[in-house]
Amino acid sequence: MAQMTMIQAITDGMRNELKNDEKVLVFGEDVGQNGGVFRATEGLQKEFGEDRVFDTPLAESGIGGLASGLSVTGYRSVMEIQFFGFVFETFDAIAAQMARVRYRSGGTYNAPVTIRSPFGGGVKTPELHADSLEGLMAQTPGLKVVIPSSPYDAKGLLISAIRDNDPVVFLEHMKLYRSFREEVPEEEYTLPLGKAEVKREGSDVTIITYGAMVHASLKAAEALEKDGHSAEVIDLRTVSPLDIETIIESVEKTNRAIVVQEAQKQAGIAANVVAEINERAILSLEAPVLRVTAPDTIFPFASAEDVWLPNHKDIVAKAKQVIEF
Amino acid sequence: MEKTKELQKIEDQFKTFQILDEKGKVVNEKAMPKLSDEELKELMTRMVYTRIWDQRAISLNRQGRLGFYAPVAGQEASMIGSQFALEKQDWILPGYRDIPQIHYHGVPLDQAFLWSRGHFGGGQMPEGVRVMMPQIIIGAQITQTAGVAMGLKKNKEDAVAITYTGDGGASQGDFYEGMNFAGAFNSPAIFVVQNNRFAISVPVEKQSAAKTIAQKAVAAGIHGVQVDGMDILAVYVATKEARERGLKDNGPTLIEALTYRYGPHTMAGDDPTRYRTSEEDSEWEKKDPLVRFRKFLEDKNLWTEEEEDKIVEQAKEDIKAAIKKADGAPKQKVSDLIENMGEELPANLQEQLEEYKAKESK
Repeated sequence: MAQMTMIQAITDGMRNELKNDEKVLVFGEDVGQNGGVFRATEGLQKEFGEDRVFDTPLAESGIGGLASGLSVTGYRSVMEIQFFGFVFETFDAIAAQMARVRYRSGGTYNAPVTIRSPFGGGVKTPELHADSLEGLMAQTPGLKVVIPSSPYDAKGLLISAIRDNDPVVFLEHMKLYRSFREEVPEEEYTLPLGKAEVKREGSDVTIITYGAMVHASLKAAEALEKDGHSAEVIDLRTVSPLDIETIIESVEKTNRAIVVQEAQKQAGIAANVVAEINERAILSLEAPVLRVTAPDTIFPFASAEDVWLPNHKDIVAKAKQVIEF
Repeated sequence: MEKTKELQKIEDQFKTFQILDEKGKVVNEKAMPKLSDEELKELMTRMVYTRIWDQRAISLNRQGRLGFYAPVAGQEASMIGSQFALEKQDWILPGYRDIPQIHYHGVPLDQAFLWSRGHFGGGQMPEGVRVMMPQIIIGAQITQTAGVAMGLKKNKEDAVAITYTGDGGASQGDFYEGMNFAGAFNSPAIFVVQNNRFAISVPVEKQSAAKTIAQKAVAAGIHGVQVDGMDILAVYVATKEARERGLKDNGPTLIEALTYRYGPHTMAGDDPTRYRTSEEDSEWEKKDPLVRFRKFLEDKNLWTEEEEDKIVEQAKEDIKAAIKKADGAPKQKVSDLIENMGEELPANLQEQLEEYKAKESK
């Protein structure tokens, strides 16, 4: 075991797979000699060579096409989009091409591609760096969308994503890259995709969340505890497909739920979680399922992040609203 | 626009490469490929076969026995000549019009018909046949080709990746990105632009101020050549050279083939009389790739009317049999579509699979 930040755990996951499978390739803008703008690929080119870990021209669509093409010649691509706000450039390559290739070839071809990309607010990045666009990906049949919230989860989920024989979008929250350390095994391990984790057990209300909001929700749960309310916190870990079983089991126990996301109300995946609960557990509900989200504006100018991003206070307030309904 | 010397100098580097003129005379003896009599006859056979296939496909489409179809008459030389220069181990990434190329690379006719109708069987490429499904998103095949070519190079295979788009496609971002990536990685890729002068109704002059599409290779720093796309020998030679260049690690090539489609853009209601003159049509009919190659072969005593009639009959019979075979393909079920979604189905699809299987068993 070693104490690792999430970024170190991600590097470790890639190193593990580069070692494990010679068909794994890591590429993107500045991921080679530079080791990535966040050092996520630090040291990998030196260790595995330019043939395995390399820089590309500055063109996201080209990077996506490259990954698709490499798939049919037997390679397993781990491509990086420097910031997920740049996904629009390569939307076709991901959503209309690699997500569909198995289906449109009737199972003849597949795209074992992992799309790694940082996102998330709270670090005052310039425009279109921090936007939460997982909702767009979650609406695309053929893609899995994974969002870890801890170093341990990041490594295990990334190894699983790379080994998956269909495309996986792996979104890394920038604020979580170095915000804390955690014990992470140095040897390889995997965590199943599509499986949530109960981060904190509780009996009065279920808080369903992912990404940086997991930590805000845990902080909110502590505050609620002081006020005599027991909150259960579920970290979805995979936002598409959802782990319905874990969600419903918890809601049936607590009879109350809120869904917390950093994305705007009209975006993200919270509405989907609410709909699933309504369809499957309405008879267990003592109150409507409410959402904590950002407002439906464009992502804020950097100095407005603090007033715009949802935080633990918003979660406490919404949880109380549900409890006191 | 007044031309600067610099602009003129660039255009001058992309003069049309031609071997056969419209009368079937060899105008560039030096460039003549070393093809046997049998191979020359095979080229003509395929062009005749494809012309009949196109005529039959149009009529089958009108009868409702085929779905989406993009006519190819006029483009036989550029399609067949370029594919003929390939080897079995080469990858083809076709656009939606490029069905003849993948057929001659190994995709059976009945499968091409299934693809036209919209059946997943149309995309289940036979084992060992290195082709992707026809690409609908104009340009996507071009960045993917850069990836396939890189993979072939990494695998140290004696093979190239070839892709096709039209004159309109050369305006897409992916067109530039694909060429530029293949150039930067020095990958064995061949980018063919079949310039038939129209993207649906928009003439090539409205796509770009560039005088040729071939010169767009300059932006990627790669080789570019413009060929007479109605001259099957010129197309063959240009593709063959591009292939060798790629295999010798000398990078990708852009080939612009000047061609024409006699029919509409697709069979989905396009009417070329709205945007083309009959003078233009008849001018290009004089350039028909079949006419000039037929004359060339007849002059060499390699071709007769009887031979051609036999091919026409053969094509008609094959098409009849292929349509019958396509008719016999099992109807698609939602459960088939779900099962093709992933190696392991996620929980939501598992649940829906059970639902639809129950529905289908009723």
